[in-house]
Amino acid sequence: MSKASSVTAMLFMVSLTVPAAVVQSEPLKSPGDFASVTDQSERSRALFVEAGKVIQSPRCQNCHPNGERPTQADNMHPHLPLVVRGADDKGAIAMRCTTCHQTANFAPAGVPGAPKWHVAPLQMAWQGKSLAQICEQIKDPARNGKRTLAQIHDHMAHDELVGWGWHPGGERTPAPGTQQEFGELIAAWIQTGAACPAP
Amino acid sequence: MSAISINVNGHAHQVDADAETPLLWVLRDDIGLTGTKFGCGVAQCGACTVHVDGDPARSCVTPVAAIGSRKVTTIEGLQSRTAKAVQKAWVELDVAQCGYCQSGQIMSATALLEQNPHPSDADIDHALAGNICRCATYVRIRAAIHAAASQLSA
Repeated sequence: MSKASSVTAMLFMVSLTVPAAVVQSEPLKSPGDFASVTDQSERSRALFVEAGKVIQSPRCQNCHPNGERPTQADNMHPHLPLVVRGADDKGAIAMRCTTCHQTANFAPAGVPGAPKWHVAPLQMAWQGKSLAQICEQIKDPARNGKRTLAQIHDHMAHDELVGWGWHPGGERTPAPGTQQEFGELIAAWIQTGAACPAP
Repeated sequence: MSAISINVNGHAHQVDADAETPLLWVLRDDIGLTGTKFGCGVAQCGACTVHVDGDPARSCVTPVAAIGSRKVTTIEGLQSRTAKAVQKAWVELDVAQCGYCQSGQIMSATALLEQNPHPSDADIDHALAGNICRCATYVRIRAAIHAAASQLSA
Protein backbone atom coordinates (compact mmCIF):
# COMPACT_ATOMS: atom_id res chain seq x y z
CA MET A 1 0.00 0.00 0.00
CA SER A 2 1.36 3.45 -0.95
CA LYS A 3 1.85 6.18 1.64
CA ALA A 4 -0.94 8.24 0.07
CA SER A 5 -3.41 5.40 0.25
CA SER A 6 -2.31 4.65 3.84
CA VAL A 7 -3.06 8.23 4.85
CA THR A 8 -6.38 8.06 3.04
CA ALA A 9 -7.26 4.85 4.82
CA MET A 10 -6.30 6.33 8.19
CA LEU A 11 -8.40 9.46 7.62
CA PHE A 12 -11.32 7.29 6.61
CA MET A 13 -11.04 5.27 9.83
CA VAL A 14 -10.83 8.44 11.90
CA SER A 15 -13.94 9.81 10.20
CA LEU A 16 -15.85 6.73 11.27
CA THR A 17 -15.03 7.42 14.92
CA VAL A 18 -15.70 11.17 14.95
CA PRO A 19 -19.33 11.64 16.03
CA ALA A 20 -21.66 13.60 13.77
CA ALA A 21 -22.48 17.11 14.92
CA VAL A 22 -25.25 17.10 17.53
CA VAL A 23 -27.87 19.84 17.31
CA GLN A 24 -27.98 21.65 20.65
CA SER A 25 -31.03 23.25 22.19
CA GLU A 26 -31.15 26.09 24.69
CA PRO A 27 -31.42 25.28 28.40
CA LEU A 28 -34.52 25.84 30.53
CA LYS A 29 -34.54 27.53 33.91
CA SER A 30 -35.84 25.55 36.86
CA PRO A 31 -38.75 26.62 39.10
CA GLY A 32 -36.20 27.47 41.80
CA ASP A 33 -34.73 30.16 39.57
CA PHE A 34 -37.97 32.12 40.04
CA ALA A 35 -38.01 31.96 43.84
CA SER A 36 -36.97 35.59 44.07
CA VAL A 37 -40.25 36.65 42.42
CA THR A 38 -42.19 37.12 45.62
CA ASP A 39 -45.60 37.90 44.14
CA GLN A 40 -47.18 34.51 43.45
CA SER A 41 -49.13 35.57 40.37
CA GLU A 42 -46.07 37.21 38.88
CA ARG A 43 -44.03 34.12 39.62
CA SER A 44 -46.71 31.97 38.00
CA ARG A 45 -46.66 34.11 34.84
CA ALA A 46 -42.87 34.02 34.73
CA LEU A 47 -42.89 30.23 35.01
CA PHE A 48 -45.28 29.97 32.08
CA VAL A 49 -43.18 32.35 29.99
CA GLU A 50 -40.20 30.07 30.61
CA ALA A 51 -42.26 27.01 29.67
CA GLY A 52 -43.31 29.01 26.62
CA LYS A 53 -39.83 28.51 25.18
CA VAL A 54 -40.89 24.89 24.64
CA ILE A 55 -44.48 25.63 23.65
CA GLN A 56 -43.38 28.10 21.00
CA SER A 57 -40.52 25.98 19.67
CA PRO A 58 -40.91 24.54 16.16
CA ARG A 59 -41.00 21.03 17.62
CA CYS A 60 -44.35 21.81 19.26
CA GLN A 61 -45.71 24.42 16.87
CA ASN A 62 -45.29 22.20 13.77
CA CYS A 63 -47.90 19.76 15.06
CA HIS A 64 -50.25 22.38 16.51
CA PRO A 65 -51.13 24.01 13.17
CA ASN A 66 -53.89 26.55 12.73
CA GLY A 67 -55.36 25.02 9.61
CA GLU A 68 -55.46 21.79 7.68
CA ARG A 69 -51.74 21.34 7.06
CA PRO A 70 -48.95 20.73 9.56
CA THR A 71 -45.59 22.37 9.09
CA GLN A 72 -42.13 20.86 9.37
CA ALA A 73 -38.50 21.64 10.11
CA ASP A 74 -37.02 24.47 12.15
CA ASN A 75 -38.24 27.00 9.60
CA MET A 76 -41.80 25.62 9.82
CA HIS A 77 -42.48 25.38 6.10
CA PRO A 78 -45.60 23.52 4.91
CA HIS A 79 -45.21 19.75 5.28
CA LEU A 80 -43.91 18.06 2.15
CA PRO A 81 -45.50 16.03 0.70
CA LEU A 82 -48.90 17.68 1.09
CA VAL A 83 -50.70 16.14 4.05
CA VAL A 84 -53.89 17.25 5.77
CA ARG A 85 -55.22 16.58 9.25
CA GLY A 86 -58.22 14.59 8.03
CA ALA A 87 -61.34 13.83 10.02
CA ASP A 88 -59.49 12.45 13.03
CA ASP A 89 -56.29 14.55 12.99
CA LYS A 90 -54.36 11.47 11.84
CA GLY A 91 -54.34 12.19 8.13
CA ALA A 92 -56.53 11.72 5.10
CA ILE A 93 -57.84 8.35 3.97
CA ALA A 94 -54.97 6.43 2.31
CA MET A 95 -52.48 9.16 3.34
CA ARG A 96 -52.33 8.74 7.08
CA CYS A 97 -49.58 10.17 9.26
CA THR A 98 -48.48 6.59 9.86
CA THR A 99 -48.15 5.98 6.13
CA CYS A 100 -44.69 7.47 6.53
CA HIS A 101 -44.08 8.12 10.23
CA GLN A 102 -43.10 5.09 12.29
CA THR A 103 -43.08 4.75 16.09
CA ALA A 104 -39.44 5.90 16.20
CA ASN A 105 -37.17 8.16 14.16
CA PHE A 106 -35.89 6.41 11.03
CA ALA A 107 -32.42 7.88 10.71
CA PRO A 108 -31.42 6.49 7.30
CA ALA A 109 -34.19 8.52 5.70
CA GLY A 110 -34.38 11.35 8.22
CA VAL A 111 -38.07 10.70 8.79
CA PRO A 112 -39.07 11.51 12.39
CA GLY A 113 -41.25 9.12 14.31
CA ALA A 114 -42.91 8.53 17.66
CA PRO A 115 -45.88 6.52 18.90
CA LYS A 116 -49.30 7.85 17.82
CA TRP A 117 -47.93 10.42 15.38
CA HIS A 118 -50.69 12.93 14.60
CA VAL A 119 -51.53 16.63 14.75
CA ALA A 120 -53.28 18.34 17.62
CA PRO A 121 -56.98 19.04 17.06
CA LEU A 122 -57.82 22.38 15.45
CA GLN A 123 -59.20 23.70 18.75
CA MET A 124 -55.67 23.24 20.13
CA ALA A 125 -54.02 25.18 17.33
CA TRP A 126 -51.05 27.22 18.54
CA GLN A 127 -49.56 28.67 15.34
CA GLY A 128 -50.27 32.35 14.95
CA LYS A 129 -51.30 32.75 18.59
CA SER A 130 -49.59 34.67 21.35
CA LEU A 131 -48.28 32.90 24.42
CA ALA A 132 -51.09 34.54 26.42
CA GLN A 133 -53.70 33.13 24.03
CA ILE A 134 -52.09 29.68 24.16
CA CYS A 135 -52.09 29.84 27.95
CA GLU A 136 -55.81 30.60 28.10
CA GLN A 137 -56.47 27.84 25.56
CA ILE A 138 -54.50 25.29 27.57
CA LYS A 139 -56.53 26.09 30.67
CA ASP A 140 -59.92 26.02 28.92
CA PRO A 141 -61.60 22.58 29.18
CA ALA A 142 -63.74 23.46 26.15
CA ARG A 143 -60.57 23.72 24.06
CA ASN A 144 -58.09 21.41 25.75
CA GLY A 145 -59.93 18.13 25.34
CA LYS A 146 -61.79 18.54 28.64
CA ARG A 147 -58.57 18.12 30.58
CA THR A 148 -57.95 19.21 34.15
CA LEU A 149 -54.72 21.06 34.87
CA ALA A 150 -53.36 17.87 36.39
CA GLN A 151 -54.06 16.06 33.12
CA ILE A 152 -52.45 18.91 31.18
CA HIS A 153 -49.34 18.46 33.31
CA ASP A 154 -49.41 14.70 32.72
CA HIS A 155 -49.67 15.23 28.97
CA MET A 156 -46.81 17.68 28.86
CA ALA A 157 -44.56 15.84 31.30
CA HIS A 158 -45.11 12.25 30.19
CA ASP A 159 -46.72 11.93 26.74
CA GLU A 160 -44.45 10.04 24.32
CA LEU A 161 -45.29 12.17 21.29
CA VAL A 162 -44.66 15.32 23.31
CA GLY A 163 -41.40 13.74 24.49
CA TRP A 164 -40.28 13.29 20.88
CA GLY A 165 -39.76 17.07 20.80
CA TRP A 166 -36.58 16.60 22.82
CA HIS A 167 -35.31 13.76 20.61
CA PRO A 168 -36.28 14.81 17.10
CA GLY A 169 -33.31 13.37 15.26
CA GLY A 170 -31.71 14.67 12.09
CA GLU A 171 -30.93 18.35 11.99
CA ARG A 172 -34.01 19.39 13.93
CA THR A 173 -33.27 21.55 16.95
CA PRO A 174 -34.59 19.81 20.09
CA ALA A 175 -37.06 21.67 22.26
CA PRO A 176 -35.34 23.64 25.05
CA GLY A 177 -34.27 21.77 28.19
CA THR A 178 -35.69 18.32 28.80
CA GLN A 179 -39.23 16.99 29.10
CA GLN A 180 -38.66 16.51 32.82
CA GLU A 181 -37.61 20.15 33.23
CA PHE A 182 -40.59 21.27 31.16
CA GLY A 183 -42.90 19.17 33.33
CA GLU A 184 -41.45 20.73 36.48
CA LEU A 185 -42.10 24.22 35.15
CA ILE A 186 -45.68 23.34 34.29
CA ALA A 187 -46.20 21.75 37.71
CA ALA A 188 -44.85 24.87 39.41
CA TRP A 189 -47.02 27.07 37.18
CA ILE A 190 -50.09 25.11 38.22
CA GLN A 191 -49.10 25.19 41.91
CA THR A 192 -48.76 28.98 41.78
CA GLY A 193 -52.25 29.50 40.36
CA ALA A 194 -51.71 28.91 36.62
CA ALA A 195 -51.61 32.61 35.83
CA CYS A 196 -51.36 33.60 32.19
CA PRO A 197 -49.11 36.27 30.70
CA ALA A 198 -50.71 39.61 29.94
CA PRO A 199 -52.26 39.77 26.44
CA MET B 1 -28.63 -9.84 11.25
CA SER B 2 -31.40 -11.93 12.70
CA ALA B 3 -34.13 -14.26 11.52
CA ILE B 4 -37.32 -12.27 10.97
CA SER B 5 -40.73 -13.71 10.16
CA ILE B 6 -42.98 -11.67 7.94
CA ASN B 7 -46.30 -12.32 6.20
CA VAL B 8 -46.37 -11.06 2.63
CA ASN B 9 -49.29 -11.58 0.27
CA GLY B 10 -50.67 -14.28 2.52
CA HIS B 11 -47.46 -16.29 2.76
CA ALA B 12 -45.13 -16.55 5.74
CA HIS B 13 -41.50 -15.78 4.98
CA GLN B 14 -38.38 -16.18 7.11
CA VAL B 15 -35.63 -13.76 6.17
CA ASP B 16 -32.17 -13.04 7.58
CA ALA B 17 -32.05 -9.28 7.86
CA ASP B 18 -31.00 -6.52 10.19
CA ALA B 19 -34.02 -5.25 12.14
CA GLU B 20 -33.58 -1.76 10.67
CA THR B 21 -33.52 -2.95 7.05
CA PRO B 22 -36.25 -1.10 5.15
CA LEU B 23 -39.13 -3.39 4.25
CA LEU B 24 -38.61 -2.37 0.61
CA TRP B 25 -35.30 -4.22 0.39
CA VAL B 26 -36.57 -7.27 2.19
CA LEU B 27 -39.40 -7.48 -0.33
CA ARG B 28 -37.19 -6.95 -3.35
CA ASP B 29 -33.91 -8.61 -2.41
CA ASP B 30 -34.84 -11.32 0.09
CA ILE B 31 -38.29 -12.37 -1.08
CA GLY B 32 -37.92 -11.48 -4.75
CA LEU B 33 -41.02 -9.31 -5.12
CA THR B 34 -39.75 -6.55 -7.37
CA GLY B 35 -43.05 -4.89 -8.22
CA THR B 36 -42.49 -2.43 -5.38
CA LYS B 37 -40.02 0.21 -6.53
CA PHE B 38 -37.26 2.33 -5.01
CA GLY B 39 -37.68 5.97 -6.00
CA CYS B 40 -36.22 8.20 -3.32
CA GLY B 41 -35.68 6.29 -0.08
CA VAL B 42 -37.07 9.15 2.01
CA ALA B 43 -40.86 8.75 1.72
CA GLN B 44 -41.20 11.60 -0.76
CA CYS B 45 -42.22 9.80 -3.99
CA GLY B 46 -44.51 6.90 -3.07
CA ALA B 47 -43.03 4.38 -5.51
CA CYS B 48 -42.41 2.04 -2.59
CA THR B 49 -46.01 1.98 -1.37
CA VAL B 50 -47.33 -1.31 -0.01
CA HIS B 51 -50.23 -2.12 2.30
CA VAL B 52 -49.70 -3.06 5.93
CA ASP B 53 -52.93 -4.47 7.32
CA GLY B 54 -54.68 -2.80 4.41
CA ASP B 55 -53.28 0.70 4.94
CA PRO B 56 -50.68 2.26 2.64
CA ALA B 57 -47.16 2.37 4.01
CA ARG B 58 -43.93 3.64 2.48
CA SER B 59 -41.76 0.55 2.59
CA CYS B 60 -38.54 2.54 2.08
CA VAL B 61 -38.83 4.01 5.58
CA THR B 62 -40.49 1.08 7.35
CA PRO B 63 -37.96 -1.03 9.26
CA VAL B 64 -38.76 -4.70 8.66
CA ALA B 65 -38.80 -5.31 12.42
CA ALA B 66 -41.66 -2.84 12.78
CA ILE B 67 -44.00 -5.11 10.79
CA GLY B 68 -44.35 -7.79 13.45
CA SER B 69 -47.43 -9.93 12.88
CA ARG B 70 -49.11 -7.44 10.57
CA LYS B 71 -49.88 -8.50 7.01
CA VAL B 72 -48.02 -6.93 4.11
CA THR B 73 -49.57 -6.74 0.65
CA THR B 74 -47.55 -5.76 -2.39
CA ILE B 75 -48.68 -4.93 -5.91
CA GLU B 76 -48.24 -8.59 -6.77
CA GLY B 77 -50.68 -9.60 -4.06
CA LEU B 78 -53.66 -7.38 -4.77
CA GLN B 79 -56.70 -9.65 -4.99
CA SER B 80 -59.75 -7.70 -3.88
CA ARG B 81 -62.65 -6.69 -6.09
CA THR B 82 -61.59 -3.09 -5.59
CA ALA B 83 -58.04 -3.83 -6.67
CA LYS B 84 -59.25 -5.61 -9.80
CA ALA B 85 -61.45 -2.66 -10.70
CA VAL B 86 -58.54 -0.25 -10.24
CA GLN B 87 -56.23 -2.34 -12.39
CA LYS B 88 -58.92 -2.72 -15.07
CA ALA B 89 -59.46 1.03 -15.16
CA TRP B 90 -55.72 1.60 -15.35
CA VAL B 91 -55.54 -0.65 -18.42
CA GLU B 92 -58.67 0.68 -20.11
CA LEU B 93 -57.59 4.30 -19.72
CA ASP B 94 -53.97 3.52 -20.65
CA VAL B 95 -52.78 5.32 -17.52
CA ALA B 96 -49.15 4.24 -17.38
CA GLN B 97 -46.39 5.76 -19.46
CA CYS B 98 -43.03 4.57 -18.16
CA GLY B 99 -44.86 2.73 -15.42
CA TYR B 100 -42.28 3.16 -12.67
CA CYS B 101 -44.55 4.96 -10.20
CA GLN B 102 -47.66 2.99 -11.04
CA SER B 103 -47.31 0.21 -8.47
CA GLY B 104 -47.39 2.84 -5.78
CA GLN B 105 -50.18 4.77 -7.47
CA ILE B 106 -52.33 1.63 -7.70
CA MET B 107 -51.65 0.69 -4.08
CA SER B 108 -52.73 4.13 -2.86
CA ALA B 109 -55.73 4.25 -5.20
CA THR B 110 -56.90 0.83 -4.08
CA ALA B 111 -56.63 1.76 -0.42
CA LEU B 112 -58.57 4.96 -1.09
CA LEU B 113 -61.44 3.17 -2.79
CA GLU B 114 -61.54 0.42 -0.18
CA GLN B 115 -62.23 3.05 2.48
CA ASN B 116 -63.98 5.74 0.42
CA PRO B 117 -65.95 4.20 -2.48
CA HIS B 118 -66.98 7.60 -3.85
CA PRO B 119 -63.99 9.92 -3.50
CA SER B 120 -64.14 13.53 -4.53
CA ASP B 121 -61.32 15.15 -6.47
CA ALA B 122 -60.09 16.61 -3.17
CA ASP B 123 -60.13 13.15 -1.58
CA ILE B 124 -58.05 11.85 -4.49
CA ASP B 125 -55.67 14.81 -4.17
CA HIS B 126 -55.11 14.11 -0.49
CA ALA B 127 -54.83 10.35 -0.80
CA LEU B 128 -52.35 10.37 -3.65
CA ALA B 129 -50.40 13.51 -2.73
CA GLY B 130 -47.48 11.31 -1.75
CA ASN B 131 -47.28 9.48 -5.09
CA ILE B 132 -45.24 11.36 -7.65
CA CYS B 133 -45.36 10.67 -11.41
CA ARG B 134 -42.57 12.17 -13.48
CA CYS B 135 -44.47 11.35 -16.66
CA ALA B 136 -47.32 13.42 -15.24
CA THR B 137 -50.08 10.89 -15.81
CA TYR B 138 -52.05 12.56 -13.01
CA VAL B 139 -55.06 13.41 -15.19
CA ARG B 140 -55.46 9.76 -16.21
CA ILE B 141 -54.83 8.54 -12.66
CA ARG B 142 -57.70 10.69 -11.43
CA ALA B 143 -59.96 9.56 -14.29
CA ALA B 144 -59.12 5.91 -13.63
CA ILE B 145 -59.97 6.24 -9.94
CA HIS B 146 -63.34 7.76 -10.81
CA ALA B 147 -63.89 5.06 -13.44
CA ALA B 148 -63.08 2.30 -10.95
CA ALA B 149 -65.41 3.87 -8.39
CA SER B 150 -68.24 3.97 -10.95
CA GLN B 151 -67.63 0.39 -11.99
CA LEU B 152 -67.62 -0.80 -8.36
CA SER B 153 -70.91 0.94 -7.59
CA ALA B 154 -72.64 -0.21 -10.78
